[in-house]
Amino acid sequence: MQLTGADIVVKSLEAEGVEYVFGYPGGAALHIYDAFHRQQEVEHILVRHEQGATHAADGYARSTGKPGVVLVTSGPGITNAITGIATAYMDSIPMVVLSGQVMKPLIGYDAFQEIDAVGISRPCVKHNFLIQDVEDIAATIKKAFHIATSGRPGPVLVDIPKDITAHVAEFLYPTTVDIRSYPEVPKAQPAEISIAVEAVLNAKKPIVYAGGGVVLANAQAELRSMVRKLGFPCTNTLMGLGAYPHGDPLFIGMLGMHGTYEANKAMHDADLIVAVGARFDDRITGTLDGFAPNAKVLHIDIDPSVIDKNIKSDIAIIGDAKEVLELLNQEIARRESEINPELTKDWWSTIAEWQGFDSLWYEHSDTVIKPQFVVQKLHEVTGGEAYVTSDVGQHQMFAAQFYGFSDTHKWINSGGLGTMGFGLPAAMGVKFAHPDADVACITGEGSIQMCIQELGTCKQYDLPVKVINLNNRYLGMVRQWQEFSYEKRYSNSYMDSLPDFVKLAESYGHVGMKIESPADVEGALKEAFAMTDRLVFMDFITDREENVYPMIEAGKGHHEMRLRPNKK
Amino acid sequence: MRHIISVLLENESGALSRVAGLFSARGYNIESLTVAPTNDPTLSRMTIVTWGDERRIDQIEKQLFKLVDVAALQDITINRHLEREVVLVKVGLLGDPADSKLELERVTSVFNASLLDVTDTLFIAELSGSSEKVDEFIKALSAHTIVEVARSGVTGLSSTERALTAR
Ligand SMILES: Cc1ncc(C[n+]2csc(CCOP(=O)(O)OP(=O)(O)O)c2C)c(N)n1
Repeated sequence: MQLTGADIVVKSLEAEGVEYVFGYPGGAALHIYDAFHRQQEVEHILVRHEQGATHAADGYARSTGKPGVVLVTSGPGITNAITGIATAYMDSIPMVVLSGQVMKPLIGYDAFQEIDAVGISRPCVKHNFLIQDVEDIAATIKKAFHIATSGRPGPVLVDIPKDITAHVAEFLYPTTVDIRSYPEVPKAQPAEISIAVEAVLNAKKPIVYAGGGVVLANAQAELRSMVRKLGFPCTNTLMGLGAYPHGDPLFIGMLGMHGTYEANKAMHDADLIVAVGARFDDRITGTLDGFAPNAKVLHIDIDPSVIDKNIKSDIAIIGDAKEVLELLNQEIARRESEINPELTKDWWSTIAEWQGFDSLWYEHSDTVIKPQFVVQKLHEVTGGEAYVTSDVGQHQMFAAQFYGFSDTHKWINSGGLGTMGFGLPAAMGVKFAHPDADVACITGEGSIQMCIQELGTCKQYDLPVKVINLNNRYLGMVRQWQEFSYEKRYSNSYMDSLPDFVKLAESYGHVGMKIESPADVEGALKEAFAMTDRLVFMDFITDREENVYPMIEAGKGHHEMRLRPNKK
Repeated sequence: MRHIISVLLENESGALSRVAGLFSARGYNIESLTVAPTNDPTLSRMTIVTWGDERRIDQIEKQLFKLVDVAALQDITINRHLEREVVLVKVGLLGDPADSKLELERVTSVFNASLLDVTDTLFIAELSGSSEKVDEFIKALSAHTIVEVARSGVTGLSSTERALTAR
């Protein structure tokens, strides 16, 4: 079949089973937009800003495990998309970004809306391509999807000069890909597995530390059965929340800068750390000098480069988390009689002491809304079943600490890059993927204003997302750091001249609510979630100076947590 | 410790900038970097001279291998290996040109270097050897007026049976 390059692009997406493409048109992409107009198989979603397109595709990807797809034009189109591409890159999210480029003969002449998209995206993509010939379009898109979704996933950019999308070629979508230099994921070796199990069976102070890799690999079932079989304490990173269910007696809460006292203390005192799909980044380890001085480290990851990068491992198993955990589970089952709960008995009583401290405690108020309280009520009203996206700041940490996730793919936040503006467009992507599920975006009045124009997209496509704005009239997380480290010099952390969010939501055609009293929180949430066909923007006026505790300040270790001062 | 890492790269546009970008983004040292096509036109061979402790070199190798364009790599310094660098040195002839010339010819022959060009005012010599030998050669010539120096950077091969090959 002879087709134009533009039709080949769209047909290739169809062949990949793409449902939605999030994008924004412009000159260099117009042939492709024309091709979208000619067909019905792949739906194009028009956002309001290219950053929104990337976050929406990202939310779609995180909540489904399928790659998110983005289409933007050259120049400002792709530069606007960079923040979202980098966000996906830092959290290893599969994404394919197609960008229009100026015509091939104009490349290098500073043509109108020309930017070196391959160059500007290079540090934040897994790989990228500049297509040189119409004959290469289908094969390149095939490669892009393969690279984005295999191994450690990540975003891949395909830059397509405009003239090439007008050229004609035979369309034949390849069924296989062979990229000689693209490494295959190594398989775990039996010797490594038995060394690992030996260490596990002898541990007296073990901790299982599961990260986003478990979510990406869909390895939650294998993780849970391993942890339960061994009876070990388990913690999740911010990216791994839901991998081990909240509320389970073996779960000791989130780890890291704002993790629980017990999780961080247990990491510090452990004699064996079983790290699965986690990368020991600085928000997890605190200062490396004092990190887990007595622990043996068993590190399981699909990406060899994270092994020994921050923390030297004693046993490393490179492979897909699901497969490795399955092998470990088989070996543990074979040696089941050697599991000795007595070994970890003292450890569990130490942990129980730490848990008794109740590090997430906060003082409830009858007069002012505590942000934590809103998140707890949100859990109740949604039965803990909602997809929750968030922005970046205190509200993100309150969401992580208090929503209580018991499933993977439901907690959707920008952990690695920490991108304010992520929450609302990500929630749109989630809602497209799960139209019947509750989708809440927990945000702050600072973050929401970074991509607030996407309220228009929500209206256009009828996306009844619930926006939970925890409005403290401060860039709260910045203010908290300034309170702790800069003697309360609140330099530029104050949000002045806020819009009337209720009217703003209404002007976009949505429902707005302002909630000022703790007594109204639950009722308002119930009312909002009962409106299943409307986007409700809930502006919760919260305690101005609430802080996130516990906190490991930058440069401190796990044993140097800052705890809530006025506790009981 | 100084390491020489040989890399087989897909001969794709942009492959070089991926490697260079990786080194600058992650703050890895580059002493020299050379790249040219191999006997297989689809592959280039790159030789990177870098330094760092064991963990750093391990990271460099792993990060390089993650690049989709990298087909294979090897730290050739861990085994017996050969390294060569080419240098061209242009020297100005001072004072009595005949005297200068004689002296330069002597240095050149001591180092087994070759004379590429001699005019009344200039003298251009070429030497191929290890980086140390190249350093010494330049030092020996610095008694004269060195006008400019062009070094190729190191290239090398492991002298074991094992060859670096792409799949
Ligand atoms: C794009 C971007 N710019 C700046 C920051 C730095 N930053 C981190 S948290 C924060 C404050 C967020 O304020 P708000 O959204 O109101 O949330 P709160 O902390 O008050 O809950 C800022 C500015 C960031 N993470 N992302």
